[in-house]
Amino acid sequence: MNYFTDAVAWLLDPAHYPGPTGIPARLGEQLLFTVVTLVLASVIAIPVGFLIGHTGRGRGIAVATSGGLRAIPTLGLLTLVALWIGIGLGAPYVALTVLAIPPILAGAYTGFEAVNRATIDAARAVGMTELQIVRHVEIPLGLPLLIGGLRSATLQVVATATLAAYVADFGLGRFLFAGLKTNDYAQMLGGSILVILLALVLEGLFAGLQKLVVPRGVAVGRPPVDRKASTRRRPGMEPAITKGI
Amino acid sequence: MTWLWSNLDLVWLRTLDHIVLSLPPILLSFVFALPLGWLANRYRPTRGAILSIAGLFYAIPSLPLLFILPVIIGTSLRSPANLIAALTLYGLALMVRVVADGLASVDPDVRQSATAVGFSAWSRFWLVELPLAGPVLLAGVRVVAVSTVSLATVGAVIGAKSLGSLFTDGFQRGIQVEIITGIVATVLLALVLDGAVVLLGRVLMPWTRRTRRIRPAPAAVLGPMPVVRSVA
Amino acid sequence: MFTAKKGRLAAVAAVAVGAVVALAGCASSNPLGTGSNASSAPTTLVVGSQDYYSNEIIAEIYAQALESNGFTVDRQFRIGQREVYLPELKSGSIDVFPEYTGSLLQALDKAAAGGTSDAVHDQLVKALPSGLTALDKSDASDQNSWTATQAFVDTYKLTDLASLKNVTEPITVGGNSELETRPYGPTALKDKYGITIAGFVPVEDNGGPLTVKALVDNKIQLANIYTADPNIKSNNLVALSDPDGLFFPDNVVPIVSSKVDEKAAGVLNKISAAMTAADLVSLNAQSVNDKESADKIASAWLAQAKLF
Repeated sequence: MNYFTDAVAWLLDPAHYPGPTGIPARLGEQLLFTVVTLVLASVIAIPVGFLIGHTGRGRGIAVATSGGLRAIPTLGLLTLVALWIGIGLGAPYVALTVLAIPPILAGAYTGFEAVNRATIDAARAVGMTELQIVRHVEIPLGLPLLIGGLRSATLQVVATATLAAYVADFGLGRFLFAGLKTNDYAQMLGGSILVILLALVLEGLFAGLQKLVVPRGVAVGRPPVDRKASTRRRPGMEPAITKGI
Repeated sequence: MTWLWSNLDLVWLRTLDHIVLSLPPILLSFVFALPLGWLANRYRPTRGAILSIAGLFYAIPSLPLLFILPVIIGTSLRSPANLIAALTLYGLALMVRVVADGLASVDPDVRQSATAVGFSAWSRFWLVELPLAGPVLLAGVRVVAVSTVSLATVGAVIGAKSLGSLFTDGFQRGIQVEIITGIVATVLLALVLDGAVVLLGRVLMPWTRRTRRIRPAPAAVLGPMPVVRSVA
Repeated sequence: MFTAKKGRLAAVAAVAVGAVVALAGCASSNPLGTGSNASSAPTTLVVGSQDYYSNEIIAEIYAQALESNGFTVDRQFRIGQREVYLPELKSGSIDVFPEYTGSLLQALDKAAAGGTSDAVHDQLVKALPSGLTALDKSDASDQNSWTATQAFVDTYKLTDLASLKNVTEPITVGGNSELETRPYGPTALKDKYGITIAGFVPVEDNGGPLTVKALVDNKIQLANIYTADPNIKSNNLVALSDPDGLFFPDNVVPIVSSKVDEKAAGVLNKISAAMTAADLVSLNAQSVNDKESADKIASAWLAQAKLF
C-alpha cells in the first residue's frame, strides 16, 4: 500500500506544479483535449441521433455502427491513424472522437424515443411543424438522456485521453508513460489519481446538469419514485430510460 | 495482403487467446453487478454512491491499473488473471448501473402483485424482477461484451497475448495489413459475441420474441403484458 | 504462489551467490558450474523475449538451438518491455533472455560508468542480481543512437554529435518518454557536446515507424532509433557517431538463470560468437521488409551459420 502514500507524496510535492510540464498545465491540457473531443463527437453524433430518433428510421444501422465503433480498439486506431498523418494531436483526436460517438449517438436517439408518443401526437394536433416538434418537444424532453450519453462519453474520453501522450507532449498521460518507463510508480499512480479526480469533477458537473435540464413539466409528471406508491404509471414513460448507458 | 495469407494460423491462435481473455470478464462483471445493482436500487440513499463509484472504475486508465492490481490482489503482472480482473472492473463500471436501472424499470404494480400473491423478497427477485429487467440487462451485457473485447487488446502491452499483439507487432514492423487485421478481427469478434449474447437472450427470454412481433402497436402499452403472463 | 516462488528464489540465490563470487573475475568465461541438481532432472528451459520483434528473433534462435541440443524449451515471447519482464527475470521464472548489455546495465544501476563494450559487459556481470548471469556477449549490437535524416546531415555538414553545433535552427528531439531523463537524453547532449535542444516530443513506439515518420516529416530533427533498425537504411537516415561515448554499447547478450547448465551455456555462447552486427540488421530486415515470421528467420540463420 505504500505505493499510494508515495503517489500522494508525489502529488503534494510543490516541485511538480510550476511550468508547462507541471500538474496544473497537464490537467488543463487533458481538460482541453476532452472538451474538444466531445465537441467533435457531438457535432457528428447529435444531428444523426436526432434524425434517427425523430424519423424512427435507421435505428438498426445506428445500433450496429455504434457497436462496431465501440469495438474498435482505441490504441490500434490511434497508431494506425498516426502512421498516416504523423505525430501530434491529430491522431488522438480522431481515435478519441470515434470512442465518444457511440454513447452520444445512443443518448440522442434514445432521448427522442423516450418521448411519449401521445405528447408528439398532441404537438402535431395543435399544429406544430415537424421542425417545431423537434425543437420544442423532442429536444427538451430528450435532453436528460442526451446529457446522460455525453456523461458516459466524457468519462471514457477523459480516461482514455491519456493515450494522447503516446504521440504528443500533451496531457496527464505524460505522467503515466514517463512513470511507467522509468519505474517511477509514484508518478504513474499520481497521474492516474489526477485522471480519476478530473473524471470525478466532470461526473459531478454532469450529474448537476442532468438534474438542471429536466423540463419542469417532466419533473412534475414523472412517476413517483417512492416504491410504496401504487400510482399507475402512464404508458410510454419507462423502458427506454436505461438504453443511454 | 501476403502477410495475412501466410499468417492465418497466427490470427486464429490470437483470436482464441482473445476469447479466453474476454469471456470471463463479461460473465464475472454480470455476476458481481447483480448484488451491487440490487443494493443500489433497493436502498435509494446508496444509489448515488454505488453508481458513482462503480462508474469511476471506468475512469481508471488501463495501463496503471494493470500494474497496480498485482500489488493489491496479488496476481502476477502478465498472468491472464491480472487482465481478467482489470476487465471485470471495467465491465462492472458499466453493468452496475444497468442492473440498478433494469430493476428500477420493473413496474411497481407488478412488484406489488408478486408480493400480494405470496412471493418472498428472494424469490420475487429471481422469478419476477430479474426476468422483467431482462431486456435491459441484455442491452447492458451487449455493451459490456463489445467493450471488453475491445479493451482486452491492451493486454498485449503487458505480454498477455491477444489480437492486440497483432497490432503491436505490426506497428513495430510497419506491417499495416497486420495492424488492420488486428483491428478488424477485434471488431468482428466483438460483433460475433454480441450476436451470441442476443441469441442467448432470445433463448432465456422467449417472451421478448413475442413482443417483437407486436411491435407496431405502442410497445410501452403492450410491452409488460406478455411478460406478466409468461411469469405467472 | 508468491511464497513458493520466494522460497525457490532463496534456494537458487544461495547456490548462485557462491558461483558468482567465485567467478566474478573472469567475466567472459562461463561462470556457471554444473550445479549438483542440474543434471538429474530433465531440464525445461523457459526462454523469454521482449515485446520487440528483433528480440523475439534472437530468442527464437536461442530456443531452436537449445532444442536441437536436447533441451525442452518453453517459449514465453513478447512479454512486454523491460518494466514488465525484469521483475520476472530477477525472480528466476525465466531462464534464458536475450538482452542488450548497456541498456540492461543502466536499468540495473543508474550510476554505471559505461565505457567500452568489454567494460560494460564486466559491469553488467557485477550488477546482475544473484541467480542471474550474463553469458558471452555477441559482436552484434542494437544500441541507442541519435539519428537524423540524410538531408539534415547534408544541410549542416554533420559528421558526429559534436558537429550539431553547426545547426542554426532549433532542434526538437523525439523518442520514448523515458528518454527525457535518460543519461543520454537531451540534457546529456547539452552537458557532453554543448548542444542545446529546443524541444522534446514523446513518441512511445521505441523508435518505430512513428518516430521514423516524424523524422522524415521534419517534425523532429533528431530521434532515438536503434542502430540495427532496417528503417535507418530504407529511409536514408544517419545515426550520428558518438565520439565521447554518450551511449553505452548495447551488445546482444544472453541473460541466464542457474538452471542453464554448462552445455546450454555453450550452445548460447556459440550463437553469440557467430552472430555479427550485419547479421542482426539483416535478420531485422527479413522481418520488416520481407515480413517473414520469427521462426523461419531463426532457422534460416542457424542453417546459414552452420550451427546445430
